[in-house]
Amino acid sequence: MHIHFLDSYRPGDSLIHRLEARIKFILTIAFILTTALTPQDAWPVYLLLLTIVLSVIVLSDLGVGTVLKRAMLAIPFILAALPTVFTLKGEVAWQVSLGSLEIRFYQPGLVRFVSIALKSWLSVQAAIVLASTTQFTDLLMAMRAVGVPRLMVAIFSLMWRYLFVLADEALRLMRARAARSGQSDRPDLKPGGNFAWRTRITGGMAGSLFIRAIERSDRIYNAMLARGYDGEVRSRPLPKFELIHWLMLIGGLLALVCLLGLAHFGF
Amino acid sequence: MHHSIEIRHLSFAYPDGHKALDDVSLKIEPCEKVALVGPNGAGKSTLILHLNGILQGQGEVCVAGLPVTKENLGKVRARVGLVFQTPDDQLFSPTVYDDVAFGPLYQGLPIEEVQARVEEALETVHMRAYAHRVSHHLSVGEKKRIAIATVLSMKPEVLVLDEPTAGLDPRARRSLIKLLDELPLTMLVSTHDMYMVRELFPRMVIMDQGRIVADGDTQALMADEALLEAHGLEKP
Repeated sequence: MHIHFLDSYRPGDSLIHRLEARIKFILTIAFILTTALTPQDAWPVYLLLLTIVLSVIVLSDLGVGTVLKRAMLAIPFILAALPTVFTLKGEVAWQVSLGSLEIRFYQPGLVRFVSIALKSWLSVQAAIVLASTTQFTDLLMAMRAVGVPRLMVAIFSLMWRYLFVLADEALRLMRARAARSGQSDRPDLKPGGNFAWRTRITGGMAGSLFIRAIERSDRIYNAMLARGYDGEVRSRPLPKFELIHWLMLIGGLLALVCLLGLAHFGF
Repeated sequence: MHHSIEIRHLSFAYPDGHKALDDVSLKIEPCEKVALVGPNGAGKSTLILHLNGILQGQGEVCVAGLPVTKENLGKVRARVGLVFQTPDDQLFSPTVYDDVAFGPLYQGLPIEEVQARVEEALETVHMRAYAHRVSHHLSVGEKKRIAIATVLSMKPEVLVLDEPTAGLDPRARRSLIKLLDELPLTMLVSTHDMYMVRELFPRMVIMDQGRIVADGDTQALMADEALLEAHGLEKP
C-alpha cells in the first residue's frame, strides 16, 4: 500500500542501463546545455538532437511511447512560453478577427515559442531517460563525482528517502477522511458540507502533515546524532573511473560540441 | 434480520500483483464482537479497508445489509466506523471538537444535532473535557479514544478497529479494553494482543497469507497450540 509513482527508475538490462552512471549524468547535463544553447531557428540541429534522444530511448528498452507519455511533464513549461507568440512583435504571421477584437500572431514570437517548446520537450526526455535507467543512489554518486557539495547530495538523498514516507502519510490521511465521509439515511440531508468547510478541513490536513514532517525530521536528526553524526557528511570513496569510461565520456562531449558548432556556424 | 458483516468469496490483489486476499468469506451477526488475528502481512488491514469500500476487490461485501458498491459508498461509510491504527491519521483537524464533528458535519446534520452528537461521543469515551484541546498534543492513549469518538459521532452500526492497543501503556490499554467492552456495537478488531482477545472476544478469526485459516470459539482455538504456532501466534 505504498506510493511508487514517484520512483521513476525502471529496472532493466539494456546498454543504457548498464552505462556508468557518471557518464550518463554528465552527458545528460551536457545534452540539456547543448539544447539550451542551440539558436532558436537552427531547425536541422533540433532534428539531430531529437534523433539522439530517440536512439537512446530505443537503446534503453523503455519504449518510445512510455517516454513520450512521461514527457508530458514538459507541457507546463511550454505553456509558460505561449505568450511570446503575441508579445514578441515583428512580421504578422497570422491574424484572427473576433468581432471587434483582432488577435495577431507574430512571426518572431512564433519561432521563439516553437524553439522553446522543442528545447523543453527534448530536455525533459533526456532527463526522463536518465532517471528511468539509473538507480537514484547511482545518481547521487554521480552528483558527488562532479563536485556537487556533499551536504547538497545528503539533502537530496534524505529527501528521496522520506518523500515516499510523506506521500504514504498523505495517502493515509486522505483515506481516513474518505472513511468518515458518509451519507445519512435521511433523504433531506445533502452530504459533503459547503466549499468553505471542505477547504478548512483540507487546510487542517495539510497543516497536520507539515507538523508531522517537522517532527519526523527532528527524530531523524536525533537518530543520526545517536549514531555519531557531527554535521560532516562522510561517504564511501567513489568507484574507479576506468580509461574506457573516459573515452566514452569525451567522445560524447565532443559529439555534442560539434553539434553546437554546427548550430552556430552553419553547415 | 441481516448480518452486520457478510463477505462472500472476496479476493484482492494490489496493483503490483501481490495477492493480499484470497477467497475470504466471513459472516458476523449484529452485536457480535470478533477478533481478527494473524501475522503481519496476513491481509487483516486489507480486509478491513474493504468494509467501507476504500479498497474494492472481487467478491461480495455487505455491511449492515447494504452491498458495498460505488452507489452505496456514502451510506456504507456512515454505517461503518473505521478506526485506523495510527490515531494521527485519523485526527486531521486542529481541535478534538472539529475532528469528532467531521463525520456528522459531512453528512449535513443540523448544527444542534452535530453539537449533541459530539458531546455524546466524547462522553462515551470519557473525554468530554478535551473538546477544545489540540489533538496534536495528546498522549497516544488519549488520541486513541478521540479517534474512536470521531467514528462514534456518526452513530455507526459496526465498529472496526485496527490494532487498537498497539503502543499503549498498561493503564491506557486497560481503560481502552473496558471502553470496548462497554460499547454495544458489532465489532471487528484486528489485533496482535492475544490477552485482549481472550478477555474480550468470544469469537476469533485467524488469517494468514490472505486466507481465513480458522474461525471459531476463542477458547477452543487458543487451546490448539499447534494451530497458533503455525500462524505466528502465541498462546496468552
